[in-house]
Amino acid sequence: MFTGASQFALVGVIGAGGSIWAGAATAALLGSRNALYGLRLASLLDVRGVRRVVAAQVVLDETTAMAIARDDPRQSRFAFWATGFALFTFWNLGTLAGALATQALSNPKLLGLDAAPPAAFRLRAREPLAIALAAAVVAIVVLPFVPAGVPLLIVALLVSLYGLFGRAA
Amino acid sequence: MIWAGVLIASASCYALKLAGLSLPQRWLQDPRVQRTVPLIPIALLAALVATQTFSTGQHLVLDVRAAALVVAIVAVVLRAPFLVVVAAASLTAALLRLL
Repeated sequence: MFTGASQFALVGVIGAGGSIWAGAATAALLGSRNALYGLRLASLLDVRGVRRVVAAQVVLDETTAMAIARDDPRQSRFAFWATGFALFTFWNLGTLAGALATQALSNPKLLGLDAAPPAAFRLRAREPLAIALAAAVVAIVVLPFVPAGVPLLIVALLVSLYGLFGRAA
Repeated sequence: MIWAGVLIASASCYALKLAGLSLPQRWLQDPRVQRTVPLIPIALLAALVATQTFSTGQHLVLDVRAAALVVAIVAVVLRAPFLVVVAAASLTAALLRLL
């Protein structure tokens, strides 16, 4: 799984005592935006066969942003592959370092590290504020009544209904 | 069991990316799909932040994590770099727990 928000969400749901399946569903839902990035990138990259199979793994927020910011298609492709390679290398090295380092820590709470993931997410969730706030409120309200992990699935369902049917096109 | 879930989630995430590159363009170009998909991460990440900050298991709790979140929000509003935001929030929680 190479898509950061999905990784965080999966760990977050399991860490909160949720089932692995609620975590997996949340991770997949968070990965859905990558399909739209792929759609945007398909004509730009024009990759087939093995190259498409490799390219798909690095269709991400960062590579899409870097690729579509260029006017020249050749520069776009270079930006996509360079960003993808750098991210894939350093993200996974960072993940490995984190896994090894936290095994050495007796109690991550002492360093306040359990407060770090929510702080990291703040950056990603800045637009549109109203939807973010509504989602947070719904999740908190239903949390005492359903198994861990399920609040996120309820929020996903509601926001999908809102997006599909809630507003005039 | 956990690894089965991880593998299935990984396969799903990869399949979504490949689908974006491979499916006929018009399948994903429906305006309602275009509008809805970007909303999903916003709502899910906000909900994840809220539940990770204000709950332990199935109980709602208000503890040092709430203070850490406030510090993080202030840091973001002040346009602090990402690592500063995370470090400030972690430090807040650590210091408050020491008290």
